[in-house]
Amino acid sequence: MDKMQCQCGHVNPPGTILCESCGRSLTEKEQNSKLVDMRYEGTARRSQTYNKSIIDKVWNFFSSVKVGVGIIVAILVAAAIGTILPQEEYVQVAVRNEDTIKAYYSDVYGEIGRIYHFLGFHDLYSSFWFIILVGMLAISLIIASLDRFVPLYRSLKNQRVLRHESFMNKQRIYGKGYAQEDVLAKSETKLKELKYNVTRDKNGLLAEKGRFSRWGPYVNHIGLIIFLFGVMLRMVPGFYVDETLWIREGETRAIPEVPEYALESKSFELETYSGEEKDGAFSEAVDRVGSVAKNYQTDVILYKKPEDSLPGATEDMEIVEEYPIRVNQPLKFDGYAVYQMDFKLDELKAMTFALTNKETEESLGELTIDLINPEKLYELENGATVELKGYYPDFSGFENGEPQTATPLPNNPGFLVEMTTPETPKGETSFILIQNTIEPFGENQFKLEFQGVETRDVSGLTIRKDNTLPILGLGGLIFMIGVAQGMYFNHRRFWIQQKANGEIILAGHTNKNWFALKKDLDQVSAYASLPAYSDQQEEIEKQLKKEGEEAL
Amino acid sequence: MNEKKKNKKKNRVIMRSVILFLMIAAIGYTLYNNATAEDVSVLKVGDEAPDFKLVDLEGESHQLSDYKGQGVFLNFWGTWCKPCAKEMPAMDRQFDVFKDQGVQVLAVNIAQSEFEVQSFADQYDLSFPVVIDKTKSVMTAYNIIPLPTTVLVNPEGEIERIITGEMTEQDIEGFMEEIKPE
Repeated sequence: MDKMQCQCGHVNPPGTILCESCGRSLTEKEQNSKLVDMRYEGTARRSQTYNKSIIDKVWNFFSSVKVGVGIIVAILVAAAIGTILPQEEYVQVAVRNEDTIKAYYSDVYGEIGRIYHFLGFHDLYSSFWFIILVGMLAISLIIASLDRFVPLYRSLKNQRVLRHESFMNKQRIYGKGYAQEDVLAKSETKLKELKYNVTRDKNGLLAEKGRFSRWGPYVNHIGLIIFLFGVMLRMVPGFYVDETLWIREGETRAIPEVPEYALESKSFELETYSGEEKDGAFSEAVDRVGSVAKNYQTDVILYKKPEDSLPGATEDMEIVEEYPIRVNQPLKFDGYAVYQMDFKLDELKAMTFALTNKETEESLGELTIDLINPEKLYELENGATVELKGYYPDFSGFENGEPQTATPLPNNPGFLVEMTTPETPKGETSFILIQNTIEPFGENQFKLEFQGVETRDVSGLTIRKDNTLPILGLGGLIFMIGVAQGMYFNHRRFWIQQKANGEIILAGHTNKNWFALKKDLDQVSAYASLPAYSDQQEEIEKQLKKEGEEAL
Repeated sequence: MNEKKKNKKKNRVIMRSVILFLMIAAIGYTLYNNATAEDVSVLKVGDEAPDFKLVDLEGESHQLSDYKGQGVFLNFWGTWCKPCAKEMPAMDRQFDVFKDQGVQVLAVNIAQSEFEVQSFADQYDLSFPVVIDKTKSVMTAYNIIPLPTTVLVNPEGEIERIITGEMTEQDIEGFMEEIKPE
């Protein structure tokens, strides 16, 4: 493509629609149309003009708004399909690994599920093609913006006051007629009063207001790019942590992903409304559903390990702080936040028994077995002892005569004990389960009578760190500034020229809100008695409508 | 004039190449991070084995780095885990064979009570040190999920092999051979 020289002598870059200097239409299509296309001020979008190397071709591809819209549609469609079947993280499988999840989709949803999983819809945000699509959107945003912003900026910066008449009379707001001699000076006064920037050149006047509103879309794209950059950082190690920790009352646990700290749970508390609060809070709801939660709280102690501490070592841990973690009141330290997310109530913690003579029902004393950390020997008064021979926290039956435990959690504790009393110095063996006692070596004289249990609660905590939040916030803020800039402000311009014969031509343009532009012009007209103007767009529409009606 | 035009064109191509390259690099980096995100905390063969310090049933501290120069057969287990119980006697027998050849066995119990671990050790008459990871921090550092998991650490302190699931006595013998110092 060649450079385009205008009749006025100005040399324009190839692809230009309206001469940068005088505003004459340069293309045949433009010359024949009744109104000029003012988008990007008629400048050449930069990439349309060159199409040579591969780099230029790729650049052109991403510069196209059509391509950009196509990418957005593709992302929307993919995201919509991603909601049809559940995402991987919500799938319930006994053992979690890639194979079981793959099997789940084909077992539950058949062939469709298999394809769904194969294409990566089951974990959409992590599928490579989805990430590539979003990346392409980012490229498109940057390139399309650059290609339009740069020429537009140049063109608005170098605006001429005097435009060719063919530019003026193809503006939507256009007027021509005679007026008094001081019309330019008077218009200038009034326009300045209306907060327009007025430039005079010879016999012409250019009044302009709100140019910055034209940058709105580009500012808004910068916001989006920053936002996408923040999302990208989430995948960089160290920027984003989201881990779950189940911790029981009394336990001290390493915090996942935060090896230099440890957390101890002192207690978990679930408070409910009684329905009899003084202010009557939730009393109706309590009547209706039975209970309404008031507070979920885990009281914790945060420890910091010494700097050179190794995993496993618990010496010299320093208390950093004690804190009650409640919903929306996380424990915060070092950029991490620990949230109250879940709980399980009443796991068994300790059981109390009385050593009792079966016949006389006389008790020799009580003992409490800590199910988390049982002792080997329990000594009672009068020289009686109970020795723990075996402990099976989650008794699941016998195998080859040996008691088995299914898990390390005390869900169904079983104890193998030897009871020794002054009356039975040789000892009696008993296997004790909840509501069941087995005496493997014959009838015993003594038994352990169940007295009561202590329980403990389990807290489900989430450890979260998100260093990308400030970036996401900044991106969102800039995005909103761009939107406001483009939406709530308009770029209004008037051109007024006084010809040698005293004739006045005037034209007006705005990127939106033509009504307000006309109102401004009416005020200037009233003050400076400008010739009458017309809205050529409206006239064309009226004409079309009339023709349409006549054709009927 | 022509010279200027040429320069402009050259600059344009350079500018566009740089922008495109940066963007594609960012996407590539994101894809890479995404692909490795899940196993970033998982140990791999060849990694240095994370050092740790745990106390055994006799009250003695064992620090992994103290065993540099020896092979360490690191077995994570629980008393309730049946395959763990099955492989323990075989481990004990092979330890007997290899302990004089510079192979150390450390059995790391995951946060159970001393009573349970002691009873288990007594029952199987284990001769290697049994340590308890009370806060699960070693388990977290090694990202242990299923039990049993065995991590073989060579005399240089690097991970030689990771075995999840039960091992036969033959396996154990082969593994100890692998990490035996020259």
